[in-house]
Amino acid sequence: MTWNFDILPDFVFNGLSLGAIYGTVALSLVLIFKATTLINFATGELAMIGAFMVYVLHMEQGLWLWLSILIAMIISAGLGALIERTLTRPFDPADHLPVVLITLGLFLIFNALAGDIWNYQVRLLSNPFGKFPSWVPGLGGDRFVMVLGSRLKYQSIGIWLTLALALFLLGLILNRTKMGLAFRAVSSNVESARLVGVHTGRTLGFGWAIASAFGTLGAVLVAPQLGGVNPNMMATILIYALAGAALGGLDSLGGAVIGGILIGLIQAVLVMWLGVVVFGQAYMSILQLAAAFVLILIVLLFRPSGLFGSRRVERV
Amino acid sequence: MSDDVFDEVGLVAKNLHASYGAVEVLRGLDFEVAQGKVSVILGANGAGKTTTLRAICNMCNSSGDVSLGGVDISRLGTAEIVRKGVAHVPQGRGTFPELSVTDNLLVGAYVRKDKEINDDVDRWFEIFPVLAERREQLAGSLSGGEQQMLAVSRALMSRPKLLLLDEPSLGLAPLIIEDLFTRFTNLNKETGLTMLVVEQNANLALDMADVGYVIESGEITLSGPADQLKSDPAVQEAYLGA
Repeated sequence: MTWNFDILPDFVFNGLSLGAIYGTVALSLVLIFKATTLINFATGELAMIGAFMVYVLHMEQGLWLWLSILIAMIISAGLGALIERTLTRPFDPADHLPVVLITLGLFLIFNALAGDIWNYQVRLLSNPFGKFPSWVPGLGGDRFVMVLGSRLKYQSIGIWLTLALALFLLGLILNRTKMGLAFRAVSSNVESARLVGVHTGRTLGFGWAIASAFGTLGAVLVAPQLGGVNPNMMATILIYALAGAALGGLDSLGGAVIGGILIGLIQAVLVMWLGVVVFGQAYMSILQLAAAFVLILIVLLFRPSGLFGSRRVERV
Repeated sequence: MSDDVFDEVGLVAKNLHASYGAVEVLRGLDFEVAQGKVSVILGANGAGKTTTLRAICNMCNSSGDVSLGGVDISRLGTAEIVRKGVAHVPQGRGTFPELSVTDNLLVGAYVRKDKEINDDVDRWFEIFPVLAERREQLAGSLSGGEQQMLAVSRALMSRPKLLLLDEPSLGLAPLIIEDLFTRFTNLNKETGLTMLVVEQNANLALDMADVGYVIESGEITLSGPADQLKSDPAVQEAYLGA
């Protein structure tokens, strides 16, 4: 056993950037869960389709990367709203099973569709945060900066800044707009929301739209870490994001982000650094996903509302 | 019909039916609330009081004619009925527990487009200073009485023509109930707000009301001016503990 502290910062940075991505996808899950108490299992595949849109727009059509991302997020939002309108609204909101099955079905359909169109090979997608831009003094063109003797990648910094900006915008939308107020009202009490004149269907559609756009952003950020885009890229990410959302509390937006980041840290620091590096158990690296499952189990058993979730009070 | 028909007719329900699955809960109710007046519907648990209010707002499987100011609202969705001027305080308060007190009031004005929304919020804070003290607190952390004040203020933020109150006294301490009913009476007297109240607390409700109805198993068994109902032997025996 060797306590290899000098490379620990590497793992912490890596955990924080993976965690930020999980947090972004977890936000997508929680936005829909908050309003409907449903887990949208198609979250990851919708995000994957969004990442492929960026691939088509940027790599194939040559559009500017950030414009491609923006367009893909807008199309994803429309797709999310369309799914809400056509596939979930006709069903009784109190009966969860049909809608959960529909989201599972969408998971399979999107995955097969993407496989059919783009096959299952990993396709390179440009990294939005590959090298420091030239205007950053002393670092322009570099891929990383040395911090605490470890390499802090520009990619990680970019992911954090993107998540921070996205959270700030989400906060503005939810807390400063009428639609945001309606969304919070529907999340808190659907019946009373209807009684103040909120069109609950439209409001849920808006929630699906924002959630889908967030998912796409998460997929674009994670693609460089996976070597590019492919139809199965989000499968494991979704599990980590679910673990993050469960840990943070399924109905807490802030909790989703913190939960996602904690999962990234657990994966990188506890499993990879402590398990593989310190204790020299190489097989631990294949148990990263298992760790996420174990965590979901522990949370559900001992603290079902998560770290920041509200305990559901059932009124009679 | 002219625009001022509401000045006389208020809310009129004719042959109102409602059912949950195969169970018929309302079996053809006829009742009305004259403009500027208060009607009360009395009934025991399970008589169909809550369902009556839900049927007016089209929140359950119902049929029959409901009109507000002579305009048929029975085919409209709930959100549209609210826009026609109906505010409903459901049983169990109907606040938004995860929203702050201020946000509860703001969302109450969701259907309004005028510039006086913030003035109205301030007005309710003046009327209920305890809400002003807790404006940033989450509604779920308020006491039962405070939540009922908030629910009523929230409903009136839409500047409704008609206020529906579903058992406002439920689960509140007697002193708080009296205070609330005094406020309801004042609201009606001062602003001419039309109200339909369903209650089990017949004493207070009949004191405030102009007209009363008694429903049993989804049918109206008794109706008349409130003071007359109060002295009716059947009502006294069933609801006033005489």
